[in-house]
Amino acid sequence: MNTISPIQQSTPASGKRPVLIFLRQLYAKPASAVGATIFLAFVFLALFGPFLAPYGENEQVYADARQPPSAEHWFGTDNLGRDVFSRTLLGARDILVLAGMGTLLAVVAGTFFGLLSGYRGGWFDELFMRFFDSLLAMPALLLALLLLGLLGPNENSVMLVLVIVYTPIVARVVRSVVLSTKSKGYVEAAQIQGESQSHILFREILPAVTPALTVEAALRFSYAIFLVASLGFLGIGVQPPSANWGLMVSEGRAYVEQLPWALFFPAAAIALLVIGVNLMADGLRRVWERR
Amino acid sequence: MEIGDRSPVLQISGLTVAYKHGRIWQEAVRDFSLTIEAGQTVGLVGESGSGKTTAAMAVMGYLGENGRITQGDIIFNGRSLRDLGPKEMSRIWGRQINLVPQDPQSALNPSMRIQEQLAEPLRQHLGMNKKEANERAITLLEMARVPDPLRVAQSYPHQISGGMQQRVMIALALSTEPRLLILDEPTTNLDVTTQAAILDLFADLIRERDTAVLYVTHNLGVVANICDSVSVLYAGEQVEAAAAGKLFAQPIHPYTQGLMASVPQLGENKAQIQLQAIPGQIPALGERPSGCVFAPRCAVALDICGERPSLDEWADGRLARCHRWPEIVAGEITPVPAKTGTAVTQAQSGETLLKAADVQVWFPVNRSLLDSLTRQPKEQVKAVDSVSLTINRGETLGLVGESGSGKTTISRAIIGLSPRTGGKIELLDTELPPAVRQRDKNILRHLQYVFQNPEEALNPYMTVGETLRRPFMTLRGMSKKEADTAVIQLLADVRLPADYAQRRPGQLSGGEKQRVAIARAFATNPDLLIADEAVSALDVSVQASILNLLNDLQAEHNNALLFISHDLSVIGYLADKIAVMYAGKLMELAGAELLFHPPWHPYTEALLSAIPRINPAEQQEPIRLKGDVPSQINLPGGCPFHPRCLRYLGDICATETPPWQKLPGGKRIFCHIPARELEAAQKRTRNVFRSDT
Repeated sequence: MNTISPIQQSTPASGKRPVLIFLRQLYAKPASAVGATIFLAFVFLALFGPFLAPYGENEQVYADARQPPSAEHWFGTDNLGRDVFSRTLLGARDILVLAGMGTLLAVVAGTFFGLLSGYRGGWFDELFMRFFDSLLAMPALLLALLLLGLLGPNENSVMLVLVIVYTPIVARVVRSVVLSTKSKGYVEAAQIQGESQSHILFREILPAVTPALTVEAALRFSYAIFLVASLGFLGIGVQPPSANWGLMVSEGRAYVEQLPWALFFPAAAIALLVIGVNLMADGLRRVWERR
Repeated sequence: MEIGDRSPVLQISGLTVAYKHGRIWQEAVRDFSLTIEAGQTVGLVGESGSGKTTAAMAVMGYLGENGRITQGDIIFNGRSLRDLGPKEMSRIWGRQINLVPQDPQSALNPSMRIQEQLAEPLRQHLGMNKKEANERAITLLEMARVPDPLRVAQSYPHQISGGMQQRVMIALALSTEPRLLILDEPTTNLDVTTQAAILDLFADLIRERDTAVLYVTHNLGVVANICDSVSVLYAGEQVEAAAAGKLFAQPIHPYTQGLMASVPQLGENKAQIQLQAIPGQIPALGERPSGCVFAPRCAVALDICGERPSLDEWADGRLARCHRWPEIVAGEITPVPAKTGTAVTQAQSGETLLKAADVQVWFPVNRSLLDSLTRQPKEQVKAVDSVSLTINRGETLGLVGESGSGKTTISRAIIGLSPRTGGKIELLDTELPPAVRQRDKNILRHLQYVFQNPEEALNPYMTVGETLRRPFMTLRGMSKKEADTAVIQLLADVRLPADYAQRRPGQLSGGEKQRVAIARAFATNPDLLIADEAVSALDVSVQASILNLLNDLQAEHNNALLFISHDLSVIGYLADKIAVMYAGKLMELAGAELLFHPPWHPYTEALLSAIPRINPAEQQEPIRLKGDVPSQINLPGGCPFHPRCLRYLGDICATETPPWQKLPGGKRIFCHIPARELEAAQKRTRNVFRSDT
């Protein structure tokens, strides 16, 4: 009974890294495979765009202004002679970084407040949730307009807007999972074992929140892309001459009859990325549900 | 019972049912045969995964999209059910074959009144008009002994109790006078006193009607009481079949023997008897051995057991699927040693460890804004009301009660998860703060808890090793390395291999999870371990090994154990002292051996008589309680049990709090009736009953 047998190193059944298993599961269904591919392609463009783009962001070639798509300028040129292909390519970084950072910060803040609020309960929970409710009561775009009016239109303000608009939504999702998890035996056992509150929140409860959180983060990200583009289009977000897709659509709007390509390609890029991220979010949900 | 038509109502022969799993068809039931005649009740017994429900559902034709009958036939009333289309089946369902399911709540339509639900099949199958059907519905409720049938008929399902819902289901199932009734664990979710009343009802109604009954359950006591013959299923295979009395008097198959030896009977105590657990666990659907399915867990398996044994008739009507039955029948080999004989090593009782005095746990009832504005008095749910207990070192206190008795709440008040709202709890003369968060580590390490549901007790995202090393690090200040070494010893203590440290809970069976949960609780070598229904979610063959483990660990560590259960047989086996709770109050406190002799508190008496025994000769006089457990917001005054008490004295029970009567041997009873009178009255009913049978 008391003999100690050496620990046998058991290898995981598949012997593969978890990331690879995850990707394989994500690629199991065509829809999520398409979504993930679109998303990864845009990430690639954001990372390596400057090396791939034939022209600079604001490089003007007056001789080539107002050209339709051709071998020289794949997506044509705008009325100032800028290459639409290069600008669309370079715009990927702008939108992915803005929307990505904004979403990431919102997810971190929302997770923190959601965990704390759900776990502590009582007046603390009441206070935060009512405050978040009041933020949620306002349409996102209206809130964004209001905040940008106060803060002035620049990239940091856009990011802050995303954080303020999405933190309450993420916090709600996290809180609901926390509420169902905290009464489970293993969380109560951790209390009995004298674990600290931070251990219970981040080591015991947080893993249970992760599935819902990744899906929610992906969804928020797709909305964030849309919101960043919308703000650019309305002229209150990122300012010219940045290669922001929303801004490009807005600039192209004046010449839509003469130069439709200047509007079409950035608009298509927005649509493609949003669809891709949404499909991927669906795939993520399926992968987590199967586990 | 009339003796007339004895032709079989249901004849199942060579039935094989398979489920599609991915691309593979896996057999859930293999080569199963059974015959039920009119007026006969046949029990189908097995643990989870035995295929008993699949077999019953195959008769109903409810196999789901991925299930199908691959071989064999089901003949009902001379017609094969296999080839019937859904249209013809629907004429038989609800008319000639009916089902009483385990969970009446999900079987009743929540948005229809009971009367409408009862009237529906009458109109559809018997062609009654609305008025006739509604009148008949009331008669049916009366037949099912529903008190106040007119009110119940107008209620929605959520407005009546679980026991009452099951009575409605029975009324519904019998409404079309079916020839075959399938009962799928109909009393498993009910309290024992309610179960006893429902079983009485079944017995009477079936006897009156000459209905054939297929009774599916895991409870051996229920089968022994209600069934004429029994079929035992294990891993999809019928291993033994016989008349109920004969089967339980002389089980032949090693599995049946193991099952009987792993269940404690009422009155058996660890002081006299050691339970025999069946080693191992039921193989998963895809991993069943091709030979004898029980061979891997069988103590007397030979090489020949790699071949599938046939179901042999070794005596009149007695079937066994075992290669070695001739030797077992002749008494040459005993696959499972008898339960009796060896007493288990026990811990020594010592000083007073835990003292709870007048503990209250009241929860405020949510009030609406209107209530607080109109100054309605604050209402409280009195989950635990003035409970006093002491537990000594090395002692096991068994706490028994039905649902809503407050037994779990008092244990959570002791551990601090449901902070007490009144009274005192002391551990070795140190008063414990009410909430677990207010307690320092020195208190925490001396009190540990094992949760009811092993599925939720372990963090699914941590390995067993990660879970187990935490208490060593937080409560005993070990380094990670020291803790990891300690974990290996701890796993060995709960009889698990060391490589389980790398596994995640998803890779463990229910029993193994509960072992890990027990290991975690023992990591700090606690003075008091609280086990809340620690075995009730487990199969009986696994239950015994956990009970043995708790006992062994207690003998080794000399800790006190507060063991909570609704099952009086399990409590009676494991406990040194027993406390009986009802509606948040203690009713009786007694030594384990004293609890089984009068005088009893009238509630204990009812509880004891309600438990179905495997040996019907031991069955006590039937005492059936009326009504349900009271709402804990408006508890009855005086003795909380008085509205249901069969020994109700008079107004004094309703107005005055009963005294605690102290009896010789340390027994204490919370009742107005003098103990001597109780004893005399209870002996009298016992004798009357004995002479009847």
